[in-house]
Amino acid sequence: MTVNREIRDGFRAALPVLFAAAPFGMLFGALAVDNGFTVFEAVLMSATVYAGASQMVGIDLFGDRIAPWLIVLSIFAVNFRHVLYSAVVGRQIRHWSKAQRYVGFFFLIDPQFAESEKRVESGRPLTFLWYMSAAIPVYVAWVLEGWIGAVFGKLVSDPAAYGIDFLLPIYFLGLVAGFRRRANWLPVVIVSGLVSVGAYAVVGSPWHVSIGAIAGVLAAAAIGTQPNRKPVV
Amino acid sequence: MPELSTTTWIVLAGAAATYLTRIGGHLILSQFRAIPPRVEAALNAVPAAVLTTLVAPAAVFEGTAESLTLLVAFAAAFHLPMMGTFAVGWIAILVFRAVLG
Repeated sequence: MTVNREIRDGFRAALPVLFAAAPFGMLFGALAVDNGFTVFEAVLMSATVYAGASQMVGIDLFGDRIAPWLIVLSIFAVNFRHVLYSAVVGRQIRHWSKAQRYVGFFFLIDPQFAESEKRVESGRPLTFLWYMSAAIPVYVAWVLEGWIGAVFGKLVSDPAAYGIDFLLPIYFLGLVAGFRRRANWLPVVIVSGLVSVGAYAVVGSPWHVSIGAIAGVLAAAAIGTQPNRKPVV
Repeated sequence: MPELSTTTWIVLAGAAATYLTRIGGHLILSQFRAIPPRVEAALNAVPAAVLTTLVAPAAVFEGTAESLTLLVAFAAAFHLPMMGTFAVGWIAILVFRAVLG
């Protein structure tokens, strides 16, 4: 009974992600092949790196004859925000076995992190079963989309025509609003928003993510937890 | 074993680097017995902080239809569950693009 419920809840969390990520999964496959990847290499990247923005950055650099280590470093830099996700989610899964943690963290993409935090906030336990039920449909779809994009490339029609190119920002915005009851939510959103917009204009994408996120997190650390505020040591 | 291309090796190294970021935060944090309150506050702010950066440029730089859509979706998110917000946002982008485009 509870097992079924965990699986169903996990699938439900995955549903909007499936819609929102689909055009990007296919776009990645198409662009990868455009940039000289074989179909195998494109699918391999979706299946092993499994992080949309960094995959785009990666294939972008491949076209420019840049040193391999620099491409790897760029992927690392774009994905650096996952260190924060890992630290945050890690607090909730101390009851998982070591093997479950090593498997689970592989799937810790942006939506997986956000849905996990929502789950915790709703007072329900972050079980491995729920976590994987949310993760696997998204992962399988992402790999398949990469393959479809790589094989059919040009046949993938213009996503802007149906508005699906804009589903991801809508989804992320819904998630932002979903965390509004947290301490420091408003100042964090304002600081992250302003700094990321500034960084986007000055430094460019995708660096605005790390810069904006760090600014917001530092703002929260500076304010601290309001209710029983401790004196600064 | 067939010879792997340079691209394949770079992809695999990128995958390893990415996996390190996904496990690293937990490995570092689990070294500490107690988490200081300010670090706790910082960690609790991570979802809003990161997710905001993923949306903010789209709200500012993409165009009027996109900015209006996110405004509508944001308002909707205060009243509707996730899928409802998602549906409102989807309709909004189609309508605004049709009207303004």
